Amino acid sequence: MNYFLGLFVSGLTRGSIYALLALGYTMVYGIIELINFAHGEIYMIGAFTALILASVLSIAGLDAISILVIASLVAMIYSAAYGFTMEKIAYKPVRNSQRLSALISAIGMSLFLQNYVRLAQTSNFLPFPTLIPRFGFLQQLTFQVTSAQFVIFVTTTVVMILLTLLIKFTRIGKSMRAASQDKTMAMLLGVNVNRVIALTFIIGSATAALGGVLISSFTGQINFYIGFMAGIKAFVAAVLGGIGSIPGAVLGSFVLGWTESFGAGYISSDYEDVFAFAILVLILIFKPSGLLGRPENKKV
Amino acid sequence: MSSQATTQPQPRRYLAYARRSLLVSIWFAILTFPIIVIRANTITGTITWRWHNIGWIVGGTFVGSWIWRYFLERKRAGAAATMGPLRQRLAASRAIVAQAVRRPAVARGGIAALLLLVVAFPFVGGMYQTNIMTTALLYVVLGLGLNIIIGLGGMLHIGYIAFYALGAYSYALLNFHFGLNFWLALPVGALVGGLFSLAIGIPVLRLRGDYLAIVTLAFAEITRLVLENWSSLTFGTAGIRNIPRPAIAGIRLTLPQTTTFVYFIMILMVALTIFVVNRLENSRIGRQFVAMKEDFIACQAMGVNIARTKLAALGLGGMWAGLAGVVFAARTTFINPASFTVWESIIVLCTVVLGGMGSIPGVITGALVLILVPEYLRAFAQFRMLLFGAVLVTMMVFRPGGLIQKRRRAYTISAQEKQVAGEIGDPGIQG
Repeated sequence: MNYFLGLFVSGLTRGSIYALLALGYTMVYGIIELINFAHGEIYMIGAFTALILASVLSIAGLDAISILVIASLVAMIYSAAYGFTMEKIAYKPVRNSQRLSALISAIGMSLFLQNYVRLAQTSNFLPFPTLIPRFGFLQQLTFQVTSAQFVIFVTTTVVMILLTLLIKFTRIGKSMRAASQDKTMAMLLGVNVNRVIALTFIIGSATAALGGVLISSFTGQINFYIGFMAGIKAFVAAVLGGIGSIPGAVLGSFVLGWTESFGAGYISSDYEDVFAFAILVLILIFKPSGLLGRPENKKV
Repeated sequence: MSSQATTQPQPRRYLAYARRSLLVSIWFAILTFPIIVIRANTITGTITWRWHNIGWIVGGTFVGSWIWRYFLERKRAGAAATMGPLRQRLAASRAIVAQAVRRPAVARGGIAALLLLVVAFPFVGGMYQTNIMTTALLYVVLGLGLNIIIGLGGMLHIGYIAFYALGAYSYALLNFHFGLNFWLALPVGALVGGLFSLAIGIPVLRLRGDYLAIVTLAFAEITRLVLENWSSLTFGTAGIRNIPRPAIAGIRLTLPQTTTFVYFIMILMVALTIFVVNRLENSRIGRQFVAMKEDFIACQAMGVNIARTKLAALGLGGMWAGLAGVVFAARTTFINPASFTVWESIIVLCTVVLGGMGSIPGVITGALVLILVPEYLRAFAQFRMLLFGAVLVTMMVFRPGGLIQKRRRAYTISAQEKQVAGEIGDPGIQG
């Protein structure tokens, strides 16, 4: 039973990790229908920014909590800026061309950012400082929950609630929904679509950066390549849940997290990634619009 | 915005350019600051400050942004409107070349020269050059094969390298267990590549572009992971060694001779691929591919069986990868799963995109440029992937059709036909 609970918690953590990334994917896809391949790279850049900042600050002699807060905030701001810039350079000019163009542009951006960090920093794994303090009350539980796991889970929940509120109840959320339904019509009704898209990238990237900081302090090491696989997995999660839907992204992430963790725990840990992809293929075959997605009817 | 800019007097326009470029470079200086300037090494606990890098960023982005803006505005204004004297002369010379090529004597001479160059290459260039060229030719075959799927069929496939891997492994394993020779392995590899491509195609028939991309990527990763972990069959990450090189029955070739031999095998294979793809393009099924790419629904309405057409494109494309995989295994004599990562697929994708999707000369140019240029620019080897990324983005923004854009075969109506139509009074052609 404890083994099961352990796997359950580890699946939950993985799920929360994927969710922080999948939210950004789903938001971007909801509005411009583009798989932002470089989303994982934004997450990686967030983690690197936090690592660099944490090293500088710890030499300056700050305590762990303020380092965590400052590093996360700055990483979020920087990643948001990267996301914004990326959209202006690589996606805005191709918005009206074929969908294939935008997708290839996104792959190019991903390749570029990976190698940019590799050349500017290092190609080796770097140990990531443990920024999250130990919480006393977690020690009393019967099964193992680390503080990092706890913080990741809580953060994901909070972020998901905040994003849902943002999209449902604010003015900007309303314009996002309008832009995702029909960009031209939204423009005619006075929604600044360019700004809405830029803002979507900013919010998605900031969320990804938050994920980057938390996940890296959980796994304890980073390199320039971490974004790629995480990005693919998060996209798988977003597709599982039904791309474009925020609760769907979170649900999909948990399904993916549990699939991987139970598959690895009970069957074979060598094929962990295979389980993730297999469930993606299965869901797409039987329910192409994902768990919570709306089926898409194309009008001629 | 752009029309305003063109009506402004020149000096003021340049001033505006300069100001915006300056702002862009300041933005990038701030944006790249932590990653470019500070290098934190958490193993040794040291921090290096590299202030000089900021100069590169500011300078580079200033110039870059100027050029970017210039081209973006020209693209918006339309190429024809701003055709300068240089471009006019270029277009004129291009027309002269095109006319010359059409003359049979010139065309024949050109083909003869090309043939001579191709045949002489391994004897003039030496083993090292021949090897590089063989690699480039492998990518030409891969590019042309992927071109069937992406360029003609319009399906974004980013798991193409999986079939290459399967081709390579089928030769290596069949040879290891049953002693199958290279020549028999060629059709087997092609068959394996094609069949697996079909098998992957069936479940994804219903998926649209982006989903297809992610599923093909997933399949490629699954293939690689299985090759890596199924050690009892594939020998896992250790790979397979001592795969025999191709041989002519009974004759043992020395290493340089084999290199030349493989080069010629590749030349023949490229020729065959070009022939097949060229014939395919204008065949009934090739036309169906293009129709499917252009408009899915209209194509279906015209009575094209989409499922069959999609599968045909996938199967045909996968075959070439399998074929190339066999040659790859025979050439390197050692294969392991690490040679078949997703990034290899993306390099093949790059060759297709850079060269021009759907255009045969384009894909050949793309493969040769992308493989040969990094080989000869060893000094920049570490920037190779960075540049690949930048190339993909810039190509998509400024020249989505690639270096050599595909020209559609179109019916041209001669003056005589027009006249006849005019007499009959066909309103469709008159205007």
